[in-house]
Amino acid sequence: MIVELGHFALILALCLTLAQAFFGLGGAATRRPHWIAVTRRAVAGQFVMTACAFASLAYAFYSNDFSVLYVAQNSNSQLPTFYRFAAVWGAHEGSLLLWLLVLSVWTLAVTAFSRNQPEIMISRVLGVLGVISVGFALFILLTSSPFERLWPAAQDGRDLNPLLQDPALAIHPPILYTGYVGFSVAFAFAVAAMLEGKLESVWARWVRPWATMAWLFLTVGIALGSWWAYYELGWGGWWFWDSVENASFMPWLIGTALIHSLAVTEKRGLFKSWTLLLSISAFSLSMLGTFMVRSGIIESVHAFASDPSRGLFILIFMGICVGTALALYAWRAPNFRSNVGFAVVSRESFLLMNNILLVAATALILLGTLYPVFLDALKLDKISVGAPWFAATFLIPILPMVFLMVPGMHAEWKHASFGRTKNLLLGVAGAAVVLSLLLALGVYQWHSVLTMVGFIAAFAVALSALIEPVTRLRNGHSLSASIVGMSVAHFGLAVFILGVTTVESYHLETDLSLKPGSSAQLGAYELKMNSLRNVAGPNYEAVESEVAITRAGKEVAVLHPQKRTYRVQTNPMTEAGIDAGWGRDLFVAMGDPLGDGSWSMRLQYKPLVRFIWLGALIIALGGGISVTDRRYRQRVTAEAPAKAAAESI
Amino acid sequence: MTARQRRMVLVGVVLLAVGGAVGFALKAFQDNLQYFYSPSDVSAGKAPADRLFRVGGMVTEGSFKRPSGSLEAHFVLTDYASNVTVSYTGVLPDLFREGQGVICRGKLGANGVFVAEEVLAKHDENYMPPDVAETLKKQHANNGSAAPVPGTSSATPGLTNGPTAGPTT
Repeated sequence: MIVELGHFALILALCLTLAQAFFGLGGAATRRPHWIAVTRRAVAGQFVMTACAFASLAYAFYSNDFSVLYVAQNSNSQLPTFYRFAAVWGAHEGSLLLWLLVLSVWTLAVTAFSRNQPEIMISRVLGVLGVISVGFALFILLTSSPFERLWPAAQDGRDLNPLLQDPALAIHPPILYTGYVGFSVAFAFAVAAMLEGKLESVWARWVRPWATMAWLFLTVGIALGSWWAYYELGWGGWWFWDSVENASFMPWLIGTALIHSLAVTEKRGLFKSWTLLLSISAFSLSMLGTFMVRSGIIESVHAFASDPSRGLFILIFMGICVGTALALYAWRAPNFRSNVGFAVVSRESFLLMNNILLVAATALILLGTLYPVFLDALKLDKISVGAPWFAATFLIPILPMVFLMVPGMHAEWKHASFGRTKNLLLGVAGAAVVLSLLLALGVYQWHSVLTMVGFIAAFAVALSALIEPVTRLRNGHSLSASIVGMSVAHFGLAVFILGVTTVESYHLETDLSLKPGSSAQLGAYELKMNSLRNVAGPNYEAVESEVAITRAGKEVAVLHPQKRTYRVQTNPMTEAGIDAGWGRDLFVAMGDPLGDGSWSMRLQYKPLVRFIWLGALIIALGGGISVTDRRYRQRVTAEAPAKAAAESI
Repeated sequence: MTARQRRMVLVGVVLLAVGGAVGFALKAFQDNLQYFYSPSDVSAGKAPADRLFRVGGMVTEGSFKRPSGSLEAHFVLTDYASNVTVSYTGVLPDLFREGQGVICRGKLGANGVFVAEEVLAKHDENYMPPDVAETLKKQHANNGSAAPVPGTSSATPGLTNGPTAGPTT
């Protein structure tokens, strides 16, 4: 009964999104204030209805209602309660419902935080978001309803995929989706500006917090996914250039370009049409990511639920949204020309280079990800583009971008020359080289030129990020939250680069066979298997080994890696034993039994691997700080056109 | 320099950089493409001798051999038309077992044994490499052979194979 109510609530939500789209766009076009008022009500209503639908599905999971097909497929009476809730988005249908819920939360947030902004503009934004909601609500109701009944009901469910029974992965999809879906707000603002035909720099001030928030969540979501893959898949890698990973990374790169381009649009009124194009692209790539993950056109170990007909629906819907937006762009782009100039070494130039290089990096990843799909579709060849290709080509645009950040952070707007910052930059470069040599030769040993380049980049960016706010203060400027946020985020990138460079240069990995009593050497560490025993969890059995790690005779850690077999799905799962530390991780994973009481084991030494995720979190923190900037909360009165628009209704 | 000239210089520099990057990327692209072959292709000698490539198929029942205590495993991949023997030293993926579809990346050794550097098994027990599925479909259409038919299992995802709790219909 509850589930039928949920289904009904979702249908009501669809009706309300239709109203939201119609009255939002129509109200703005015909300038009818009461239509616009209806739009806001529709948003509130569709949020309540979507939340009801979601809650009813969650209740079905909580109460183990195995007469619901989706619950029977993805849950089990023995599944711990926390994972029963996480199982709601454990497969395709539920994760789409989550997607819709997240979109309605974003839409609600737009209505809540836009009181100071012109009604007509917000009405258009809500209308566009309504159109997107209609698409996804239809998608769920027509192709992937989670509310279908199973008759007769199952005795018990098939259980959640054991890979997903993990705290990090339980919260990974909601956060990642919040990021993905958040770009639809920037997209809606872009379409609204194009419909309006006008784009003041105050528009950029409205969009910036939304774009930054979406980008922030995407950052955390990707980092969580990477962390999960590191310890749960049992491989010990942190990034595989897998197509599903690429699908989330491409919107992130474009989102990064977008928040930088928005800065220029806000400060200087430049790059207007470019910013619009980036807003459209970030949203398109989010949709493309959904399409790729859901359609099954791409082989990936992360693609958990796939069905070609669903992929087609998303592809058509994406074609409609993006096609319309691009057509609108082609029509209206000439309105957004700006005739202000800027010097070659000004901050605008550096941000332009940053944008070009980020877009180039995205294009390369897109090429590598889609090229095999096209060849396969044309029945030419079955190929795959290996991770080494991505790793090598990605550095071509990204290394220059990172090095350009150093002078870019110190450059002034509009007109600047190297004269003023020359000494500072030379100092930073010198210090970075010295620190890198100390680290590469003092702590580790010489590895390669690329390692040095990575270290120098990390130190140069970190120093610049630390010096910039200090010079600003010394020159008598105050520090706004935006500036602090920028420095923090750039410092986070430096931490990330340091982690990546170190782990890629100095990690050790070996596969070998161990039995109780035998030991192995990994770098300076000695690993000894003490024992093997059987243990039982709530819904799995496991073989657990105890591995003691010593260094020069002193005990470092005792790890308990497991090989689990889940009772219902019977798939074996590796739970790695990890001794985590600031300086290094020691990673022990069990392979399989080799017959004579010994097991194949994978032993890894991962120096500074934690810096990778720590860096990503600092980057996100920087975004969070900059969103709190006071100017985003101020009522805009100075801009006459905006005021006029607000008063015209 | 006028603003226009400066912009032209900037555009020129950008074009050069992008051109160079694209050129390098395409070159690296050629070197890093891994072609996918079926066991039939490998038997027919279509696979390259000195390049990394990928071969996908089902692990033949009863073909898995690994000396006690050793990490060196041998098994036979089949697409139900031809077989390829694979050798792999290291930890096998969790879902590797006989009768399961896997993809191996590696090189063809002199004795016709495929030396794998990496073995991938999909996290889905119904998974069949697409090539094998195609071969099977063709065979099934031709002579209704005894090989399992792809698609029948994936059409009802999940519900047919829960060993203890599959809902009965």
